[in-house]
Amino acid sequence: MKSTLDHATLAEEFNKDEERVDWHDGALWWIRQKRDRSANQTPQWEELREAASAIKSNVISNLHDYLIQFEENLKKNGVKVYWATDAEEHNQIVYSILKEKEIKQMVKSKSMLTEECQLNEYLEDRGIEVINSDLGEYIQQIDNEPPSHIVLPCIHKRKEEIGELFHEHLGTEKGLSDPTLLTRVARKHLSNVFLTRRAALTGVNFAVAETGEYVVCTNEGNADMGAHLSEVQIASMGLEKIIPERKHLGVFLRLLARSAIGQPITIYSSHYKKPRAGQEMHLILVDKGRSDLLARPDFRDSLKCIKCGACMNTCPVYRKSGGLSYHNTISGPIGAILAPNLDMKQHADLPFASTLCGSCTNVCPVKIPIHEQLYKWRQEIVKLGYSANRKTFSMKAMALTLSSPEIYSTAGKTGRWLLNNVPFAINNKFNPWYKQRDMPDSSQQSFGEWYAKNGSKK
Amino acid sequence: MKIGLFIPCYVNQLYPNAAIATLELLQKLGTDVTYPAKQTCCGQPMANSGYEHLSQSCNDLFIENFSAFDYIVAPSASCVLHIKDHLHSHANEAAATEIRGKIYELVEFLTDVLKIEKLDANFPHKVGIHQSCHGLRGLHLAQMSELVAPDFSKPRHLLNMVNGIELTELDRVDECCGFGGLFCIAEEAVSVKMGKDRITDHTKHGAEYITSPDLSCLMHLEGILLRNKSKVKIIHIAEILNSSPTKA
Amino acid sequence: MSSRENILAAVKKNQPPLTALPDISIFKVHEEDIVKKYSEMFASIGGLLVSAGSLENVKEQIRMNFDQGKRILTTLPSLSDVAELSDPEADPHSLLDVELAIIEARFAVAENGAVWLTEDVMGHRVLPYIAQHLAVIVPENSIVSTMHDAYANIASEDYGFGGFIGGPSKTADIEQALVLGAHGPLSMTVYLIK
Repeated sequence: MKSTLDHATLAEEFNKDEERVDWHDGALWWIRQKRDRSANQTPQWEELREAASAIKSNVISNLHDYLIQFEENLKKNGVKVYWATDAEEHNQIVYSILKEKEIKQMVKSKSMLTEECQLNEYLEDRGIEVINSDLGEYIQQIDNEPPSHIVLPCIHKRKEEIGELFHEHLGTEKGLSDPTLLTRVARKHLSNVFLTRRAALTGVNFAVAETGEYVVCTNEGNADMGAHLSEVQIASMGLEKIIPERKHLGVFLRLLARSAIGQPITIYSSHYKKPRAGQEMHLILVDKGRSDLLARPDFRDSLKCIKCGACMNTCPVYRKSGGLSYHNTISGPIGAILAPNLDMKQHADLPFASTLCGSCTNVCPVKIPIHEQLYKWRQEIVKLGYSANRKTFSMKAMALTLSSPEIYSTAGKTGRWLLNNVPFAINNKFNPWYKQRDMPDSSQQSFGEWYAKNGSKK
Repeated sequence: MKIGLFIPCYVNQLYPNAAIATLELLQKLGTDVTYPAKQTCCGQPMANSGYEHLSQSCNDLFIENFSAFDYIVAPSASCVLHIKDHLHSHANEAAATEIRGKIYELVEFLTDVLKIEKLDANFPHKVGIHQSCHGLRGLHLAQMSELVAPDFSKPRHLLNMVNGIELTELDRVDECCGFGGLFCIAEEAVSVKMGKDRITDHTKHGAEYITSPDLSCLMHLEGILLRNKSKVKIIHIAEILNSSPTKA
Repeated sequence: MSSRENILAAVKKNQPPLTALPDISIFKVHEEDIVKKYSEMFASIGGLLVSAGSLENVKEQIRMNFDQGKRILTTLPSLSDVAELSDPEADPHSLLDVELAIIEARFAVAENGAVWLTEDVMGHRVLPYIAQHLAVIVPENSIVSTMHDAYANIASEDYGFGGFIGGPSKTADIEQALVLGAHGPLSMTVYLIK
């Protein structure tokens, strides 16, 4: 899934089909509007965001102790606990659990972490089949494409395209594209999967240090179908999913689905605490860059993310470029601030895939200052040398000119400096500005020139 | 009250009439305005591209030019926000702090400092307001649609004082236009698409003019309007507020 | 060092100074008519709400609305004349053919329509998820306003598994078109009783 093309190039490709861009933009804007209505109907909404943010601040500041407390309680509850430093170790752990039980097939509900770890590929290489049970993720899996959105994995696909995939993989009639009928086909197919899989893996939305339980939220019921029919239940979670106490779930469950899709709560908010009789429960705590992120004061707040996707739905760049343009498991504004921590070179373009409009920060239920972090990542990426040399050279020239009134000169012919040097104003047809835009008339005298003649008369 | 007029680089060169309108408006309102001739730029083009560390001497020049004034006023929300958020100085941080506290975008200066309640202006046209993101979410010139909070709009408040004006509505009241500084070049396709969609929202509600406290957004939108030979025009809010009370 | 020790050491080293937890007792909502609020909310998310009043009426409703020829399972002995009593020893896989599951909620939440179920009232953890249709009995006096009240109710109760369920299973993954009945029940009915 690692693409060598950058966001701008992939976004340009996406924009070749304008009708699709309009449709994609409209679908996500509709969700943003639902989120707004839902927020407006919730008393003390802004205070809730503030409280959620403060709880997460506390978690970040006390993570060490909460992790130990959580682990103790998991063990008390009869859950086996594992720690993984990176993707490789996480995948090995899952594999060893399955291998011990001689399990060859597993069903998996939505988990961005295992996407990040490329668990499916790892297990498939070792002869274990994994089926994603979230409908959107299932569709992406049969199309061999990563999710384009963390909540709505195939939001970029038209129903006709999905119909074609179902025709190819599930033998539905050609041309079938009705969402209800397609969903029924998937329901039937996956029901058989749930019944026959001995192992089920889920992600984790919230892990309660105080009780050792973890909460998984879905609308489809797929996590529960998998987990409750399995003999081996595995949960993978990033360290940052911890919350201190059970009562804090009240704050987060009020915010999550409203922010995500404008729904008052996900249909299913399942609290897993102990294995049922005859079942094993395993939980893997994964670092994968989280502890490094903790060491970055400017960026550690991104660990507050509860993966609601609101920042994607509101982001005009996301809406008009599509999630796959971000060439990262987590796309959109939050992906653009999480990805550079993991691999700055590979993701150096992402913090620039934003106008810094700030809408993401305003919808974020845990108040991550996303657009400020985007700005700061830009500084970081340039300082560490991941920016093109050509750009650095022109920026140095710009810095020199702008610090010297003599070079810049607001009077006379050199006042045309802007038109030859500022990237959006450079007056030649090779400038991307001119591809679909013109410049206003620039032949007139500048304000500086005008003021030198007329300013003092007033 | 001594006001230093800050005219950002691109406004100076490309939109002198907006700068003149700003100057005239402030003079009409009885303030003592001066334009320091040695000014260049706020440094934002560099900083937003990740080169904030190169903007130090630009910052020092800004401080040198504007320290002596009681207020600094500029007809560009984005440049003002940049100064407010990012102007620092190794040599004289106290002076930088003072600058950050006394710089105002024109609309907020008129509503918050001069607190004007009436204007002698006439602009008998249908006008759509483009909320610049930096003005909106950075300077809080109006309420942001994402928040659950009481509605207000400083640009609308001022424009409502203008005779004959008819303010048009929008489906998406504060969506970004897609300019984004160097974003408009680096991400040309998305930038233009965002701009086109803002324009469509304005035109379908009948706007003849699109106005804003930020010319950078308007420059981008005008670029698209000109290419498509649209009749819709852009106009900086200062030009409407400074329009002649008699001429139509 | 093990990964556990490495991770914990890195976290300890890198975490910022301790900040305080916020006071969340400020979140209070007073509903004038909590039953009405609940009913509206539950209906708005695709649930079917019936003000049954009594268990007798619930039975009547079930006889009227569900095919008695199909498998109807309940965990409530008082409903055994309209439904088969759930066998706790049964293999959960044998529940695939359950047409309707009838369960009594521990309580319900007005602000979002959800009911709280723990495994002791579910019989089998999978039952409310695997049944084609779900019916939940909610005593009106068990309804609370918000999720904060919900967790105050749950307090430190011990359970192996518990879940909020807020309506029929749904998906909008295909072109944002809402489809009820993704993997879980196709419908959810709440019977309010006094």
